[in-house]
Amino acid sequence: MSAVQIQEQEQVLTEQKAVVNDFSITVGTVNGSGSQTSNLTILRSLFRMGIPVSGKNLFPSNIQGLPTWYTIRVNKDGYLARREEQEIMVAMNQATFTQDLKAVISGGAFFYSDDIKLPVIRDDIAVYPMAVKQLVREVNVPAALRDYIANMVYVGVLSQIIGIDLDKIFQALNFHFKGKTKPVDMNFEIVRNSFDWAKANLAKQDPYLVEPMKATEGFIMADGNTAAAIGAIYGGLHFAAWYPITPATSLAESLLEYLPILRKDPLQPSRNTYVVLQAEDELAAIGMSIGAGWAGLRSMTSTSGPGLSLMAEYAGLAYYAEVPVVIWDIQRVGPSTGLPTRTAQGDLTFAHFMGHGDSQHVILLPGSVDECFEFGWKALDLAERLQAPVLVLSDLDLGMNQWMTNPFKYPDTSIDRGKVLWESDIEKMRGEWARYREIDGDGITYRTIPGNRDPNAAYFTRGTGHSEDARYSEDPVVWHEGLERLKRKFETAKKYVPGPVIEKSDGSEIGFIAFGSTDAAIQEARDMLAEKGVQTGYLRVRAIPFSADIEEFIQSYERIYVTEMNRDGQLFQLLVVYFPQLAGKLKSIAYTDGLPLTAKFVYDALASKEDF
Amino acid sequence: MSEQTVSQRVQVNVVGLAKTDYRGNPSTLCQGCGHNSISSQIISACYELDVIPENILKFSGIGCSSKSPTYFLNRSFGFNGLHGRMPSLATGALFGDHTLRGLAVSGDGDSVSIGMGQFKHVLRRNLRLVYIVENNGVYGLTKGQFSATADIGLNLKGHGTNPYMPIDIAWEALVGNASFVARSFAGDPKQVKELIKAALSHNGIAVLDIISPCVTFNNTDESTHSYAWGKEHEVALHELSYVPPAEEIMIDYEPGEAREVTMHDGSKVVLKKLEVNYDPTDRAEAMRILEEANARQWLLTGLIFINRDQPNLLDIYNLTSTPLNRLPESRIRPPSETIQRVNEMMF
Repeated sequence: MSAVQIQEQEQVLTEQKAVVNDFSITVGTVNGSGSQTSNLTILRSLFRMGIPVSGKNLFPSNIQGLPTWYTIRVNKDGYLARREEQEIMVAMNQATFTQDLKAVISGGAFFYSDDIKLPVIRDDIAVYPMAVKQLVREVNVPAALRDYIANMVYVGVLSQIIGIDLDKIFQALNFHFKGKTKPVDMNFEIVRNSFDWAKANLAKQDPYLVEPMKATEGFIMADGNTAAAIGAIYGGLHFAAWYPITPATSLAESLLEYLPILRKDPLQPSRNTYVVLQAEDELAAIGMSIGAGWAGLRSMTSTSGPGLSLMAEYAGLAYYAEVPVVIWDIQRVGPSTGLPTRTAQGDLTFAHFMGHGDSQHVILLPGSVDECFEFGWKALDLAERLQAPVLVLSDLDLGMNQWMTNPFKYPDTSIDRGKVLWESDIEKMRGEWARYREIDGDGITYRTIPGNRDPNAAYFTRGTGHSEDARYSEDPVVWHEGLERLKRKFETAKKYVPGPVIEKSDGSEIGFIAFGSTDAAIQEARDMLAEKGVQTGYLRVRAIPFSADIEEFIQSYERIYVTEMNRDGQLFQLLVVYFPQLAGKLKSIAYTDGLPLTAKFVYDALASKEDF
Repeated sequence: MSEQTVSQRVQVNVVGLAKTDYRGNPSTLCQGCGHNSISSQIISACYELDVIPENILKFSGIGCSSKSPTYFLNRSFGFNGLHGRMPSLATGALFGDHTLRGLAVSGDGDSVSIGMGQFKHVLRRNLRLVYIVENNGVYGLTKGQFSATADIGLNLKGHGTNPYMPIDIAWEALVGNASFVARSFAGDPKQVKELIKAALSHNGIAVLDIISPCVTFNNTDESTHSYAWGKEHEVALHELSYVPPAEEIMIDYEPGEAREVTMHDGSKVVLKKLEVNYDPTDRAEAMRILEEANARQWLLTGLIFINRDQPNLLDIYNLTSTPLNRLPESRIRPPSETIQRVNEMMF
């Protein structure tokens, strides 16, 4: 290009109308280089500026060396699903430089580390080389930390070019390093130096800017796994056994972090009221959790797909022997090891029917971080009320990424231990009680708990056929009746599980049904459709068994698009199974590629199915 | 009828229970099965020790052995879990109420084939559990397949010759850092009973590898799991007697003829010297004697190893004096004022 052409190009870029608080930033780095701190700092400082923001870590299954991306969406209207378009790209990884350069939309901005000596072949975008090496050299940092600190350069440069408030950056760093002055100052120094360097050396050529808002007031920022763990602690959790697996690990680790803070025993402060045990595998993790649940502890385990597979046999036993236990499944992409660091909703049918023979498990489906907290305590109540396994299906996106969310609300009901008989209760029910005898007509029987010293309290628990009084039985009538009672119990569960969230659209023919982390994308797609004149209803399923309002919702629309992140349309399948008479109305939008769902995908999928 | 004749008819122990109070349902195992003999010794041991049945939790996996908890201690809670996965079940359950004691029955298939992983891990955690392995070298319920403890070269009807080396359960327990390892023989009921008593007094995992012949599938004279072989080859390390806490030692022996092992609860195990003066607290010696036993074709029985100093799993977790499963809501749900602090801890 000639000098005149460059000048014209710059003119075009600067004449673009400013785009404020509505764009995406993606950072491409090398895994293990410490970029997570930088990315979270950007995310949190934007949040502190009052701008609705979300951040998603798109990372490989690797400790160090492979490419990784972090994508931040800034949106003044509060749409926080992942977007397919990248307005701003920060390229810190030579290996993905060319790919990252291509990904920027025309008119976008491209920041890169100037030690990458690859050609910048695009002239339709703003290009910002960053003197990373030089800036790192200028600060007094131990050599071992240089690579980590290098990522703070783009925090400073980006802040200067798009207008992130440095005070907010400081606050974010202070939070990240838990107020430790040394790392905060060291990181902030390089951010400020880089900011100043950008001011002196780079001219703004792109239209993207952030401006303070007040849209994040009353919200917090947290991830679903932390929320789930804290929720369980408020649910009176006694026992958790677990085995490390991405993306569920941080749930158990959050228990270890927050239990000592939150569960100081008022009577014996030096003793513990809880147990967290790292098992040798998931077979043992579920076995321990079921043993604990049987012995009257509020008990849970947390895992992901492969671990869930290993838990199937014990879950089947707990279903039939009627032992309370909570299983959190933070879903990732299967089959097999699949994409272990990517998100999906592919465990739904497996989780629901997990076990051999006939089994139907109660499932909870949180769709936001504050719901992870809520279901954290509710699941423990439900498991004890129903004397059954309760599975909570979250996913990697919800579990591991930071979300802007409502603050956690203190439980609004007392802890529910279900139908438990202690010594004095046994006395009252003498002659009437047997472990598996139905008394209340709801399929739920009364249980005793080990440690109950009444000579009539004990019973023998087994996975084999058993009579009302828990004795071994192969009697066909006994078997049949026992299994039918479990079916009645599943019906009873409808009364206790969280109902769906429904947004009606009177007069419209189209409804969406979805669950879990896709909520943001679906809400945004619905608004995009509404702008085109297509009104849609929306029901977000929060539990199985399905309640009657789900049936009513399906009935009130002509066409229901069951939208989910898996290949086979698993929620769709279950709805067809439970509402066969309505199957004709149900259509499936199912897609999985490891990335969180986008509104554009939902919009396009519906448009193609509806032919508009 | 005088009072005396009544008490003679219904003899009770110190806690006021008759032996029948320790019984279970009638066994459905084969006549003559070693497991039935072990069940009887569990009943006798608990009766004689004045155990309150409600203070015991029974556990088992799957197999003939694992059926047996139904045949003793009907007044105890019990859980018959999954094949090879009893240890995890017991681990979780025993956290429910730390005043309870665990008594588990497993088999050689259940513990060292499908369950080897969980067997090894419950040892290193030192769960306070009496862990009886009823070891007969075969799978009975599925009709006589070789198990992992079957002798190499053993012929079984319909199953040919076993080509693999056997697993030695006592050895596995020892190298797995079990804090109490014993071996016994269902054909030596007195020793079985005394070992069960000692195991119940141990403050950690107590593994009892009991050769318990399968009269239907593996009881030929040349099988090391048969009655005949056991009677012929049993070499007891010592004559073992259990003396409850606060009871005087009444056993008659000359000085230097016996060792006393004081257990965690103050009870004593008196080991009367037989051929050698064996010291069960010496781990290296335990390994050596197991090797020697294998080389000499002995069925070595007795208390092979004990370590009384290893903390048990519940000790490690430093739990409240009130059993966890009896804690009221006020002790397990953080108070409402903490929620604001939690939200402030998020960003």
